Amino acid sequence: MKITKEISLGDVAARSEELRGENMTLNMGPSHPATHGVLRLSLELDGDKVVKCDPVIGYLHRGDEKIAENMTYNQFVPYTDRLDYLAPLANNVAYAIAVEKLAGLKLPPRCEAIRVLCCEMARVSSHLLGIGVYAMDTGAWTVFMYTFNERERLYSLFEELTGARFTTSYTRIGGLTRDLPDGWLPKVSAFCDGVERTIDEVDKLLTRNGIFLERTEGIAPISKELALAYGLTGPNLRASGVPFDLRKDKPYSGYEQYDFDVPVGTKGDCFDRYLVRMEELRQSVRIIRQVIKAMPGGAWYAEDAKKIFLPPKEKVMTKMEELIQNFMLVTEGPQIPAGEVYFEAENPKGSLGFYIVSNGGGVPYRLRIRGPSFVSLSILPAIVPGNFLTDITAILGSLDFVMGECDR
Amino acid sequence: MDAAVLIQRFPSARVLPSQDMPTVEIPAADLLAAVRFLRDEQSFDLLADLCGVEWKDRSTRFGVVIHLLSTTQREYVRLHVPALGDCVPSVSSLHPGANWHEREAFDMFGITFTGHPDPRRILMWDSYPYHPLRKDFPLAGIEVPLPAADVAEVTGQTVEPAPMMGGPFVSLGGHFSEGEPSALDQSWNEEKPKA
Repeated sequence: MKITKEISLGDVAARSEELRGENMTLNMGPSHPATHGVLRLSLELDGDKVVKCDPVIGYLHRGDEKIAENMTYNQFVPYTDRLDYLAPLANNVAYAIAVEKLAGLKLPPRCEAIRVLCCEMARVSSHLLGIGVYAMDTGAWTVFMYTFNERERLYSLFEELTGARFTTSYTRIGGLTRDLPDGWLPKVSAFCDGVERTIDEVDKLLTRNGIFLERTEGIAPISKELALAYGLTGPNLRASGVPFDLRKDKPYSGYEQYDFDVPVGTKGDCFDRYLVRMEELRQSVRIIRQVIKAMPGGAWYAEDAKKIFLPPKEKVMTKMEELIQNFMLVTEGPQIPAGEVYFEAENPKGSLGFYIVSNGGGVPYRLRIRGPSFVSLSILPAIVPGNFLTDITAILGSLDFVMGECDR
Repeated sequence: MDAAVLIQRFPSARVLPSQDMPTVEIPAADLLAAVRFLRDEQSFDLLADLCGVEWKDRSTRFGVVIHLLSTTQREYVRLHVPALGDCVPSVSSLHPGANWHEREAFDMFGITFTGHPDPRRILMWDSYPYHPLRKDFPLAGIEVPLPAADVAEVTGQTVEPAPMMGGPFVSLGGHFSEGEPSALDQSWNEEKPKA
């Protein structure tokens, strides 16, 4: 072979510099299947590499905090369904406990146990969806079908419990809307058996799947320090190696009675976040089984909270005092003493916090919602740059956020 | 941690009565030093929440409430910061996670965070003229130009206030579908409110 011209390395470098061109700005979303809702990422790309990522949120902003300050405490319960709409029961419970803490209300054990059951079933439902769509975003379509099958079963159970499949509005300040239906707990037990098989199947499909590992292992690692600095909570914080779980560390609603483990990651990459959620699914099932086994009897609402919880309907129809009490509660709302409270519950997406300022009466003066998805998304500008455009779907899927709660 | 520890270090701070966690009012001038002290010496390593509040009976109209969490000591602390002249120093240099919370407090209340790296609105669009969580802002909203000027030019559309018609939350009268079980009362509509 005859070499016609010798090319120096300097020439090659100069030529590649000449071909570099300028960075490209790309809008991902607000309507994009991988952004799980209406998130827009304003990206600056150098070829396939992300140089800058600026999340633009607010497309689903409905002014929930303003609305809350204009209605009574119980009227706001349906709005909490629409925060993290993949786990409405958990939101209902978190909100109710926050207001009850402000009122200094103690709930009977049966009510607390039912709420724990609700929270854990909501967690199973949310994580099943989270893992299903995460796998789909990284190219594994099948997992979604398996997890959505189980979610349909869960929705049927929710429907039997609350009357609605999706927007449950199950709690009231001081209790619940109704007691457990007859013969419901055995159905939950049967569901647990089924979902455990599905978790094992998903495990087999994904955990040692070469393609899934390539897409997630080592991608966008979040160090312990970075996770704490950005205030990440829930599975995303634990995947980074911080063993903090509000159910263990600040137990509420009787979580201290149940035996469960808190999975913690080591590297904080996309794969660790998947592993943590998988193990949380198993632990949730474990908690559900314990609650069913030890379900206490007795009242399912605070019977001594006459100024907060509605009296039983048959008494309203027959007794004068209860009729007046019912009328006052419906028109003026539950009477909550003046003060302030901040309560965070361990929701599937992280800590859902409510900061409530009350001046007394039935309407909150200020109600602040701290959405874990809002916080999870705020870390994107720190972890996305340096990754490839295609990795963004994996990163978004692994953070498991929901825009209803981010934009409120 | 006891609130007294913070008072001892920052004599300008004041303990507020509270039922759930140590609560301290701290002047804006001492905020950064206090948050750094809490983070580095008292293990409050995670900023759980930061939000604005409009007060009725305090010296300043606006205030910022910060909730810090210690993941090792498993406890919270609450800081009240009065916004003197609607200004509060930004803590995002100590807790980068405060960045978005502060943008939201600015967006909703108009509180300025001095030293904030990216002082933009976050939930409302950049050209939005009001701060909706202020108590003098009506629940229904105020008519403003559409954020997309090119669309507004062609359609003449604006962002309209929500229909209220007497109640706080009602749908438009006279436009219910056949299947809607609500009572269809045609005696009132948006132009002619319910008597």
